[in-house]
Amino acid sequence: MSQRKLEIWVGLFVSVAIVSFAVLAFSVSGLSLKGEGDNYYLEASFTNIGGLKPRAPVKLGGVVVGRVDSIYLDKENYTPVVKMSMLESQGFYPETSSMAILTSGLLGEQYIGLTPGFIDEGIDMLGDGDIVEDTKSALVLEDLIGQFIYSINKED
Amino acid sequence: MSTTHITINNLKFSRQQNLIFDNLDMKFERGKITVVLGPSGIGKTTLLKLIGGQVPVDQGEVIFNDVSIHECSEKVLYETRKKMGMLFQSGALFNDLNVFENVAFPLREHTKIDEKLLSTIVLMKLQAVGLRGAKDLYPSQLSGGMARRIALARAIALDPEVILYDEPFTGQDPISMNVLLKLIKQLNETLGITSVIVSHDVNEVLSIADNVYVLAENKIIAQGSVEEVLAEKDNALLQQFLAGAVQGPIPFHMPADDYQADLKKVNK
Amino acid sequence: MQVLMHTFQSIGHYSLQKMQGLGLAVLMLKRTLLTKPHPKLFHLFIAQMYHIGILSLPIIMTSGLFIGMVLSLQGYYALVDYAAEESLGSLVAHSLLRELGPVVAALVFTGRAGSALTAEIGLMQSTEQISSMEMMAVSPFKRIIAPRLIAGIIALPLLTLIFNVIAIWGGYLIGVSWLGVDGGAFWSVMQNSVGFSADVMNGMIKSVVFAFIITWVALFNGFHVVPNPQGISRATTKSVVTASLLVLGMDFLLTVFMFGG
Repeated sequence: MSQRKLEIWVGLFVSVAIVSFAVLAFSVSGLSLKGEGDNYYLEASFTNIGGLKPRAPVKLGGVVVGRVDSIYLDKENYTPVVKMSMLESQGFYPETSSMAILTSGLLGEQYIGLTPGFIDEGIDMLGDGDIVEDTKSALVLEDLIGQFIYSINKED
Repeated sequence: MSTTHITINNLKFSRQQNLIFDNLDMKFERGKITVVLGPSGIGKTTLLKLIGGQVPVDQGEVIFNDVSIHECSEKVLYETRKKMGMLFQSGALFNDLNVFENVAFPLREHTKIDEKLLSTIVLMKLQAVGLRGAKDLYPSQLSGGMARRIALARAIALDPEVILYDEPFTGQDPISMNVLLKLIKQLNETLGITSVIVSHDVNEVLSIADNVYVLAENKIIAQGSVEEVLAEKDNALLQQFLAGAVQGPIPFHMPADDYQADLKKVNK
Repeated sequence: MQVLMHTFQSIGHYSLQKMQGLGLAVLMLKRTLLTKPHPKLFHLFIAQMYHIGILSLPIIMTSGLFIGMVLSLQGYYALVDYAAEESLGSLVAHSLLRELGPVVAALVFTGRAGSALTAEIGLMQSTEQISSMEMMAVSPFKRIIAPRLIAGIIALPLLTLIFNVIAIWGGYLIGVSWLGVDGGAFWSVMQNSVGFSADVMNGMIKSVVFAFIITWVALFNGFHVVPNPQGISRATTKSVVTASLLVLGMDFLLTVFMFGG
């Protein structure tokens, strides 16, 4: 086979492989080239984060508005702090907003639910590095069962 | 330039605890045909590989011109090998290249000559071995004798000073054998190429040889010019080999227990 | 006592032999890697990409399709009991990208290209082609080994990419078109759970490591063949067995290293 023919075949082979790589990257792993736009960071401390993981979504009414960036422990207060990167394209939220750790379905992944607060005079919007004060921790099944048993005992 | 082209000094070589050569001293004269004779399995091919620096020695040295083959750097060794051509027993042509490309291979690797000159040289070499007509064939389409002639054309492509022939006549029909003999003689006479032939085809090689070494049992049993070697009538081992006698110092039977005793053991 | 000594001796002999083999293999690699890039290397490399890569393509694609379809079928029956069949896409993609893709492609590649390489080099060795090349002052490491090693290391990851895509498509075919899993859910669950660096890239790293192992083992066994027909057939078998076992062992180590910690 001539060198030219060989080179054409190999060129085709490499191109098909590159297309495959692109398919795996974009359609299968959902990688986005332009990223998710500009971000700003918010922090919130919870008493218990349950099974929350980095990269978990932050949702507002089911729409993804950000992702968990990192989780660390505030060593002074012994509380976990979640740092979130929020999409600027989805807008800003008032200081009075609250966050809760929720679960999708009964056994699904955990995510952060954002409930926007009221807007009034003297209420600022949350900006980069601000802390969300009003938070609700993850529901831990063992605690729920404990409370349930406690309440049954009290009724007796 | 000294008259010896290749010198082997005090060479020792063993393979997996089997001693092949011990205390071997040889001299190959410039522009002469030197034949190394010996029975099969004596390590004649190994000797050529030792000269080419393809296998390491245990002891001793091989000197080609002024280069010690086993002590020089790889670069010097490769430079020296360009001055050697080797004709392998099987021809060792590259299966994936046609005859023309096989002969062109060393030229393409080591020279930067243009395609026209290269084709001219290749055709000249093929003409010299009488196989210009086979230039477009592939090695699988050649007979054994033809393959060896092509390999010879390839070996002389770079105009070497020395050609090492490994059993050039084994398995050849009488015609190809004579063609090869004539070619070897011709190359030696016209180009002054030093030739080293290892073989066990006694009569054929002695007809063209200048000097002879006969190897047996790890050592040289006879050496000198053809007449000198043939004259050594009291050397029993040599005479057995030259005459191809069944009985002699090399016994017909492999060493074993007593025959009768062995048979008795079976029939007990 | 005699028997014990004999056993120790054979263990010693065996390990020394293995160590010697490893030493030779490392030496071969060193000499190959010391090869300076030369203009002909590219042409030789292209020819090997054809022989190693493109000729392996049909079997890689066929096995990819079947692996994807079987995975989807089995995964569906396991998931449907938990009413979680929408996670089928995630299951198929995860197992393919992380494990099955690199490993199965590597094993198929061993059988197709690895054995062919060993046989080819072994034949060259036993017909003295390599020896004659050396005598023509051409390094066989530069001329024969290097282009094959590079082509092998590049070809297998490319084949693995194609294998993965075809297998996922096969999984989709069975899961969505035949078993009736919702197509949108298949893709969206997959995209949400599969990470680019965690899954796609780690799989690729595995594939590169496997490619190196397989090509190296195949070339080594061919180069150090016992120069006769029996020797070549033994070397080919040995090359496939050694490379397959090394791939599986290495896969475990890499998995522990990448996903286990």
